[in-house]
Parts: sequence; structure tokens; C-alpha cells
Amino acid sequence: MITFEDVTKRYRDGTVAVDDLSLEVPTGAITVFVGPSGCGKTTSLRMINRMIDATSGRITLNGQDVREIDPPTLRRGIGYVIQQAGLFPHRKIVDNVATVPYLLGWSKKKARARAMELLELVGLDPSLAHRYPFQLSGGQQQRVGVARALAADPPVLLMDEPFSAVDPIVRASLQDELLRLQSELRKTIVFVTHDIDEAVKLGDTVAVLRVGGRLAQMAGPATLLTEPADDFVREFLGRDRGIRRLSFISAKEVRLSPPPADLVTDEDGRPLGWRSGGGLAAYGVFNPEADSLRVALDAALLSPNGVAVAVDEEGRVRGVAGRDAIDELLAEYAPPVAGPAAGAQSSRGGPPTVGPPPGAGSSQGAPT
Amino acid sequence: MSDEPLIRWDWIARNWANGGPTAISALLENHIVMAFLPVLLGLVVALPLGLACARWRWLYQPTAALMNVTYSLPSLVLFSIFLSVTGLTRSTVVIPLTFFALAILIPAVVDGLASVPDSVRQSAVAMGFRPARRLLRVELPVAVPVVLAGLRIATVSSISLVSVGALIGQGGLGNLFIDGWQRQFYTPIVVGIVLIVLLAVLADGLLVLAQRLLTPWSRARRTA
Repeated sequence: MITFEDVTKRYRDGTVAVDDLSLEVPTGAITVFVGPSGCGKTTSLRMINRMIDATSGRITLNGQDVREIDPPTLRRGIGYVIQQAGLFPHRKIVDNVATVPYLLGWSKKKARARAMELLELVGLDPSLAHRYPFQLSGGQQQRVGVARALAADPPVLLMDEPFSAVDPIVRASLQDELLRLQSELRKTIVFVTHDIDEAVKLGDTVAVLRVGGRLAQMAGPATLLTEPADDFVREFLGRDRGIRRLSFISAKEVRLSPPPADLVTDEDGRPLGWRSGGGLAAYGVFNPEADSLRVALDAALLSPNGVAVAVDEEGRVRGVAGRDAIDELLAEYAPPVAGPAAGAQSSRGGPPTVGPPPGAGSSQGAPT
Repeated sequence: MSDEPLIRWDWIARNWANGGPTAISALLENHIVMAFLPVLLGLVVALPLGLACARWRWLYQPTAALMNVTYSLPSLVLFSIFLSVTGLTRSTVVIPLTFFALAILIPAVVDGLASVPDSVRQSAVAMGFRPARRLLRVELPVAVPVVLAGLRIATVSSISLVSVGALIGQGGLGNLFIDGWQRQFYTPIVVGIVLIVLLAVLADGLLVLAQRLLTPWSRARRTA
């Protein structure tokens, strides 16, 4: 576990980058520091591996003050992924990945063998191992950056806006990849981003920082979306919080009905469309085992009759869910009454419906 | 003189290796030594100085200013100054040329280190490199293309500047020009020019080759 205890970073010119920050980064989970530029998120991250030292307060790693550890030694035990990947241009991919093992004095053979394992782990073709960084795409370079950070199997991983320099499609795939890796590796990850959608997608816990380096709110992403602590957090979260929150509710509990006769399927049972006049009308599908309530609702909205088609992993029809079935679940997961903005009826306002708050578990492993 | 051919091949044949100090081959050898020694010495001095300038930025401006002033001095003036110290020896040419090389190489080293992307330096720190190892294994290797580009300029300019030393009798192939002008006999002049240009082209080619071999990682990026 990493803890910040009253940590302040004040520069010589008087600028305060981080102001009296106290928080706990839980072990084995992804904690995201998010906020606008100038909120001290990167400074906070870099104080963990002492690339920046705090002015006052202390940061502990498993109970030990990081200031008591020699910086290079500390850093070799903490993986670090930087924004532009920061690969060493003069080293082949395999040697880039083996950087920390080399620093730790592993033999070249052992370090390279480990590097090859990691390339595979992050989904890179081993044939890339003997290329140089400039020969790889931005997305591939970023994967190498992740592999390099994991090379010596550090328990802690620091990621400083690692995916912000790649295009949105590559970014989404890198994010999915990170979640997949994390489900296997269970590292303690501190992830810095200015992108709230990324924070909500990746974080088990999200710490929202405001300009001047103060913590505005720290909560699971579902809680954050329903119960922003103040106007700043609400502004920062942006629009459609209600809909976005549905991403954290599994569609598993949606009540399914048997497929009606006007749903046309092929011989394997895959949907083809709704019978409508002489032709077939559009339909939407969701997989109750893997998808969120947001996907189910979206599927219902895509069908002219408001009925979502539930399919299994092979895409075969398992049943259908009408808007009434979806609405039952929506009611069950309605936000709690006692919110900071309770009673308001505007689209941004508080939630009047009674229901259990989303459990802590619903914020774990965001479904995609 | 009008019936005199531009090049008298028999003169070249007789003077290529006549065993004396004015043989063309002896002058060529001299030229090579006096051209490359300053570049080599310059590199040896420029590396630590350049590192110091990169480390303590306030050092760079005065150093660069001093080097630029030196570079602006006509080489002949420098030769005359050193003549009183080192006499009619090679050193009188080599020492000033070393200063000229420094004027090119120190900025090359500083610019080379500045060319290391910040993300590369940051990630080296974050991986746990200690400063000395980071310099030797990351920053200097990444600076090589820029330093080599400076080295190419320094080498070619040194090859050309050696000839001026002929005015004090230590000019390598430059002596052929003095000889030619004094006798109104063009063959030595042409030989001198051709050999100096060949030498420069050859040296530059070798450095380009060295660059390809040393930095395979930047080749495609340069041509791309």
C-alpha cells in the first residue's frame, strides 16, 4: 500500500504543486489521479518514486518512508510508464524491455528471456524484439513501455498519461489491454490522466485533484458519477453521468423473456432482424454475461420495438429484454437518496428514486 | 609559359616519392597527421567540456563566445602567435587547428546532449539509472548522431585549413601551392587541390560510414 500523509510540494518560486495531500493507494488495484493541468497529479506520481521530493509530509510504501530509500534502488522496484513511451532509441526492443533486469545485474541471457516473455504478455509479436523503437507504431511503442515497466516484476506500477499520445482507437485497445493484464497481475497501479473517461474506465478508485494540488474527491467511479462531491467535480465529470454510470452495473440480472416469433434468426440461432412489413428491421444485442446495463439499454434503443436481444458468446439468441425489464433493474440500482444534490430534478440533479447504492464490488473491473 | 600543359605527369611521377621531405607522398602524410590530430585532440577535450557545459548551463555561453572569437581569428594570426612559442614545428599548426575543432565540437556535444528527448532522459531516471551510467549508456549514445555531424564539419574544415600552415613551412599539401605560385608552375597546385579534395571526400565518407555502423537505430529516421 502507498500512503500520502499531509504531502505538500512547494517550489522555490512559491508555486504550490501539491497541497496537503493525504490519501491511500490500495494494494493490487488501479488508482487514478485525474484533474486539469496544474492540479499536481504528475507531481504527486513522481513523488512516489522520488523523481520529485516532497517539501513536507511523507509518502510511505508498505509502511516505509520512501525518503529512507536510495532513489535508484527505490525506482528499480517500481515500474514506470511515461507519456511518449520514452523508449531508448539506440536500443533494440528486447533490450529496452530488459533495462531494469540489466540494472539489477541479471545475466544478458536471463534478462532477454524475461523480455521475450513480457513482449508476449503485452501482445507484441516476438519478431519485433530485434527492431529499434523508431520502427514501431506509437501504440506498439507504448506496449513496449508497459512491458519494460513490468520487466523486473515490480509490485507497484506508476503510469504517467501513458496513452494520451495515441489515437482514440489505439488508446481504447491499450486501455482494454491494461485491464486484461491487471486482472492477471494484480499490481498496485497509480495512473495519471487528464481524461475523466479514461479515469472512470480504468480506475478502481479515482482521485480527482483540483488546480493548486488539492484533493477534491476520491471514490470508486460509479460513486463518483452519482455523487460528485462538489461543483468542480461535477463540471469535471461532464455530461451524461447518469448514463455513464450504467457501465458499472452488470446486465447479468436483466430479466429475459423467450424470443418472440417476429425475431428472425439464422439456422445457428443468430439474430438477423425483426420482421417488419416485407423486410427486416434493425436490432441491438447485448451479452448479459459480459456486458453492462448501459449496453443493454443501448441495444433496446437500437430496436424499433424497444426490445434488446440477449445473446451468448457465440452470438446466439438467449432471449430478449424489453424496456420494462431494463427499467426494473434501473430502479433497483437507482442512486441513493442522500446525495449532495438530492432533490434536484434537473438532468444534472440529484436522484430521487429509492434504492440500494451500488456496492463497492460494482466498481471493480469495469465491463467493456 | 603558354605552351606549358596544365599538368605535367612526368613531374608528378618524379616527385611522388623522391625520398625527400618535399615528396608529394611525404606532404600527404604530413597533411593527414596535421589535419586529423587536431580533430582527435579536439574531440578528447570537447567531450568533457561539452558535458560540463550541458551540466552547468551558465558555463556554455562564455565558452561558446570564447570559441566563436577564436574561430573568427584568421588562422594565419593564430599560427603567428604560436610561432613564437612552438617555432617552425607541426605543433604551431596543430594547436590552433585544435582550437578551431573545439569551436565546432563543443557546441556539437552540447547540442547532442540537448537532442536527447526529455522523455528518454526521464524514463532513464525512472528506471533507476544512476547519473554516470545514464550518461554513458543512454545520453551519450543518443547524442552520437549530432556529435558525428559536428565531427564531419570539423574534419573537413581541418583538412582544408592545414594548407595555410604552408606559410610557415608546415602546410602539408599546402606547400605545393607555395611551390607552384613561386615558380608559376601549375602542376603542384592542381595536385595539391585534387589531393586535398579527395582527402576531404574520403574522410567525410568514412565518417558517414561510421555513423551508419554506430547508429543503425537512427538511419531510417534520417532518410524518412
